[in-house]
Amino acid sequence: MKKHRYIPMTEQDQSDMLATIGAESVKDLFSDIPESIQYKGTLPMSEALSEAELLKHMSELAERNANFEQYPSFLGAGIYDHHIPVVINHMISRSEFYTAYTPYQPEISQGELQAIFEFQSYICELTDMKVANASMYDGATALAEAAALASGATRRKRIVVSKTVHPEAREILHTTAHGLNLEVVEVGISNGVTNLDELQTAINDETAAVLIQSPNFFGCIEDVRSIEPLVHEKKALLTLSVNPLSLGLLESPGKLGADIVVGDAQPLGIPAALGGPTCGFFAVTEKLMRRIPGRIVGQTTDTDGKRGFVLTLQAREQHIRREKATSNICSNQALLALCASIYMSTMGKSGIQEVAQLNLNKSHYAAQQFSKDSKLAFDAPFFNEFVVKLPEGSNVEEVNSKLIEKGYIGGFNLGKSYPELEGHMLLAVTERRTKDEIDGFIRELEDCI
Amino acid sequence: MIPEKKLIFELSKPGRVAYSLPESDVPEVDLKDVIPESMMRSKPAELPEVYEVDVIRHYTELSRRNFGIDNGFYPLGSCTMKYNPKINEDTARFPGFAKIHPHQPEESIQGALELLYTLQNDLAALTGMDQVTLQPAAGAHGEWTGLMMIRAYHESRGEKRSKVIVPDSSHGTNPASATTAGYETITIKSDERGLVDLDGLREAVGDDTAALMLTNPNTLGLFEQEIEEIAAIVHEAGGLLYYDGANSNAIMGITRPGDMGFDVVHLNLHKTMSTPHGGGGPGAGPVGVKSKLIPFLPKPIVSKYEDGTYYWDYDRPQSIGRVKAYYGNFGILVRAYTYMRTYGPDGLRRVSEVAVINANYMMHRLAPYFEVAYPGVCKHEFVLSGRKLKQYGVRTLDVAKRLLDFGYHPPTIYFPLNVEECIMIEPTETESKETLDDFIDTMIQIAKEAEENPELVINAPYDTVVKRLDETTAARKPVLNCTCG
Repeated sequence: MKKHRYIPMTEQDQSDMLATIGAESVKDLFSDIPESIQYKGTLPMSEALSEAELLKHMSELAERNANFEQYPSFLGAGIYDHHIPVVINHMISRSEFYTAYTPYQPEISQGELQAIFEFQSYICELTDMKVANASMYDGATALAEAAALASGATRRKRIVVSKTVHPEAREILHTTAHGLNLEVVEVGISNGVTNLDELQTAINDETAAVLIQSPNFFGCIEDVRSIEPLVHEKKALLTLSVNPLSLGLLESPGKLGADIVVGDAQPLGIPAALGGPTCGFFAVTEKLMRRIPGRIVGQTTDTDGKRGFVLTLQAREQHIRREKATSNICSNQALLALCASIYMSTMGKSGIQEVAQLNLNKSHYAAQQFSKDSKLAFDAPFFNEFVVKLPEGSNVEEVNSKLIEKGYIGGFNLGKSYPELEGHMLLAVTERRTKDEIDGFIRELEDCI
Repeated sequence: MIPEKKLIFELSKPGRVAYSLPESDVPEVDLKDVIPESMMRSKPAELPEVYEVDVIRHYTELSRRNFGIDNGFYPLGSCTMKYNPKINEDTARFPGFAKIHPHQPEESIQGALELLYTLQNDLAALTGMDQVTLQPAAGAHGEWTGLMMIRAYHESRGEKRSKVIVPDSSHGTNPASATTAGYETITIKSDERGLVDLDGLREAVGDDTAALMLTNPNTLGLFEQEIEEIAAIVHEAGGLLYYDGANSNAIMGITRPGDMGFDVVHLNLHKTMSTPHGGGGPGAGPVGVKSKLIPFLPKPIVSKYEDGTYYWDYDRPQSIGRVKAYYGNFGILVRAYTYMRTYGPDGLRRVSEVAVINANYMMHRLAPYFEVAYPGVCKHEFVLSGRKLKQYGVRTLDVAKRLLDFGYHPPTIYFPLNVEECIMIEPTETESKETLDDFIDTMIQIAKEAEENPELVINAPYDTVVKRLDETTAARKPVLNCTCG
């Protein structure tokens, strides 16, 4: 019997336990599996490695990836290289947090339950909404869930979405809509923002929700104040997808009249990690409270009258309602919600404004440095991302490959998702980028086009 | 009495900071110059103002009010609460994995792509499937992804099939996922053995059957011995078989869903592959399919060129589309890959053997004190009924609460729904005989307490930071945030 460091069963244990069970061999315990489907032999899988060998192997794989420490990144498109305060990793590495399951037993899960309650409070405070849940898989799936909620709440089937919404979020929306038999109508772009005339035409009496992202995929800030009346006039629900960090400076979705607010908390202290795990957030008006998907924590008291927290409003959820649940979500992204909470605790009232201001400074500085033939594609106001039109005939993919060789991670190739924007690059400039890095990057970028 | 824990918002004092930001090395932008006033925040978000020590003490204290696997035995049935190895946490934090962007040029993330490619293949081998997607973020997400592929498959054949069949012992996510994939759910009863009732299944299937969703071993911890016949019944009706992989910890290297006749499989890497649950997530729910469903996999998947380099394969015209932004919960996939390389194929088989020995041992030792719902051989978990204690006024919930006083996380209770006063125990392979014996002795003691001094059990727990909480008021008059701002 090969020994393993995670398995305590000795040969003696095994024979004692089998004797208690009344089995002669381990095989007896699998006698209920028909011989015909028992697997014979060894599975054709990667072999086992010792701890030292495995660390070496994993290091070698990791070193073949260009990481942000060595390659200053100007890539955003939903995943950003922000500074992550060191306290976050220390706190989420407390194994009482990360090795716990969903807090089904509240008496021994008050830490996680309070942390979620605080996360919900943070999201409500940042968005000016009344109710937030414990988290979703990511911002993109949260947007699709918002469409599903709106359809249920309005008993309508038409979803209107702007093409300025993240292309991957729209792809998920289409997949989801096919499942739920919803109709999705996409609205075009005008100077980097949603075309309002087209939007107005698209919203009709069958429209359940209008989905807008601001700052949108191009980094531009949408004119939500003009959009809101178009949506509510037809009694549809206004769903805003927002970058939470931008809310340090930009008007809150609640004040702008949103009914549902979603987004991805990745900018709030969550590593990029090839795009996941991140943390979706989901907030609604009080009216929609009992339709919200996912876990929710509520405050209550114990038998001594002491404040405590529990999972609540569970009559919405799959384990109670089964096929009638508001969503099928079960596992969420609790540990990343904890990251976001610790980030917001660390940044506090002034830090969230200052970091947003730094992003604004850096991105606007960068946008002004382009000389030669590259220019800003749109003149709508932006936060920390903007679109540059490279000179005619530029191949963004090739440019990015050259930039990697020069030690930089270039911007998102918009032609990949918007054929009409071939030769356009979406650049993100966060507080992590120094003036030297920005200058160096633009020099190299202009050199290789 | 242990005092109430303050909220972080209640620690706030204007003027304190816990952050350190650089001075701007570029010109300060006046907001008014670049953004119309109507778009600017009119009132700042009232986030707490604390200093770094407050943050550390606050979250440290919260962690002390939480119970994880590292704190003790966690026999939560169907959740596979095994040890979460520390090396997994270290590798996932390597800068080459944690600080990379999904849209970087492919040549700059070859290590990550190789890892994903290998994991796809290893999971396919483990489950007996032909191809795997790593996109889904959790088990339920995998279920929905799988059902959407099943739907696309039927649609591609010009067939309209509207119903998904699930047993009454199935996880709640199964019917909920069926609904989100646009299907009607048919629930069939389990027979007296706790297994799928073949006659009931024969009656339920028809030319409207899209799929049967099954967990095997099922949520009672029993292997569906007639699985080949079940598969034949569903396939003959033109339906497909969906495998809910929540209970895969029982069968690794022993039998494979693909060989049982399943067409689609999801695995919960946060169960079987030891990735931490994080207090509710993140998970990862990869989905494997047989060859006839490969065209419908979400895009992209990771493929390999002949020259040995890896790439995102988007050229999949029949794909159901995308189910998750970017490429799934990569950080979790790194942990799962690390875990699988810790064991290799023989080690994973040993994992399942030990998990099953542990469960059978516990079941046999507890049988004289708690009714075993379905006697016989179990797999990685088993189900007891606490109904014998009802005569003393003690319910399963009370037994669970009493366990808290002894430092255990209780088993899953009141699930599956088809067993009265249900107690579902899953020990996993990473617990020692001594741990199991101590837990068993405690359960026996609680059974005695229930008989001799039921009040002691009914009023438990005594040693926790809060006592039983008023869940009714929480739901009737919801207080869902502190509205501190």
